[in-house]
Amino acid sequence: MLLAFALRRADDALVLGHRLSEWTGRAPLLEEELALANLALDLIGQARELYALAGEIAGDGRDEDDLAYLRTDREYSNILLVELPRGDFAFTIARQFLYASFVDRWWRATMASTDPRVAAIAAKAEKETAYHLRHSAEWLIRLGDGTDESARRAQAALDKIWPYVGEMFEAEDAALVTAGVCADPPSLRAAWDGGVNAVLAQAKLQRPRDGWMQTGGRAGRHSEHLGPMLAEMQHLQRTHPGAKW
Amino acid sequence: MVGLRQRAWDAAATVVDPEIPVLTIADLGVLRDVVVNGDQVEVAITPTYSGCPAMAMIALDVETALARAGIGNARVITVLAPAWTTDWLSAAGREKLLAYGIAPPPAAGRGGLFATPIVACPRCAATDTEQLAEFGSTSCKALWRCVACREPFDVFKCH
Repeated sequence: MLLAFALRRADDALVLGHRLSEWTGRAPLLEEELALANLALDLIGQARELYALAGEIAGDGRDEDDLAYLRTDREYSNILLVELPRGDFAFTIARQFLYASFVDRWWRATMASTDPRVAAIAAKAEKETAYHLRHSAEWLIRLGDGTDESARRAQAALDKIWPYVGEMFEAEDAALVTAGVCADPPSLRAAWDGGVNAVLAQAKLQRPRDGWMQTGGRAGRHSEHLGPMLAEMQHLQRTHPGAKW
Repeated sequence: MVGLRQRAWDAAATVVDPEIPVLTIADLGVLRDVVVNGDQVEVAITPTYSGCPAMAMIALDVETALARAGIGNARVITVLAPAWTTDWLSAAGREKLLAYGIAPPPAAGRGGLFATPIVACPRCAATDTEQLAEFGSTSCKALWRCVACREPFDVFKCH
């Protein structure tokens, strides 16, 4: 139960961290090159802490590398939002903003976890996600309230991403929530709506209508995009098991 | 005679941050604790940021420093709680940063979503400064510019 929880949250962080890392060498300007790499590093660091916790709970000798590199796509339980290809810069920023708006609040609420190991990870993560939220919100405003082209791309990105935001708010394991291990995502929906609406208004972007939402990632049913990403990320450890340098 | 714990602490406290070599891990607050159990020494360090890539190197440097001080039976562990904050940076550490050309961090805490702190230029001390980029050469620094003397400079981010 706690193992599955740690893996879900670790997978979200690792997959999004990997997508951000794909910008290295390709960002539109040097400052963004550094910024996106920094965000990726934070997320991969958080994933490592969560995988280490998962390994400790599993107690079968698997460490964070085994959990990241030696599970298949069906064993990954991240939400679909984070595995979508990085797209253009507007897509990357819009996704980061919508995700950070959720996860920053979720980590902050989870700092009060009754499990000291989860509380410790939350206390570190929330300081980092506060930066992610601010940085992506600033950029979304700049893009939305920028040129015709940047506004068009930012709106297109929001429209494309919107069907994937619902999965962030799927309820956590009820037993964990009752035991006070983590915050329950649905309880953060109103605060998320308020924060997102305020930034979208400042960015002069239209909030897409809530309609049918994609789901399945938590149960290991992924889009066609996760497999190729994992293949690239895992090929070294799968080709040379245990390789170290 | 100085006790083993103190000798181990003093040795570990000489290790510098590989990315900001004017600061020791004691200045930074990264060195958290030294526990002695018989002749076994355990040194606890904490990461600044979750993904800080310097942790493995710092752990290795601590083991080396202890070995040089004649303490071979040592291991380094990483602790996450309490979460590291720039408020732990020592007064001496802040002075060293400033002399090195890096503005020390403003006090920790969350402002509004877009709140930016007031930062004095480490070269001319003017407070007419602006942020160029929130993410700098390492996780813990941002890039700023002094409007008065025109020099760009690093700011140790408040965290």
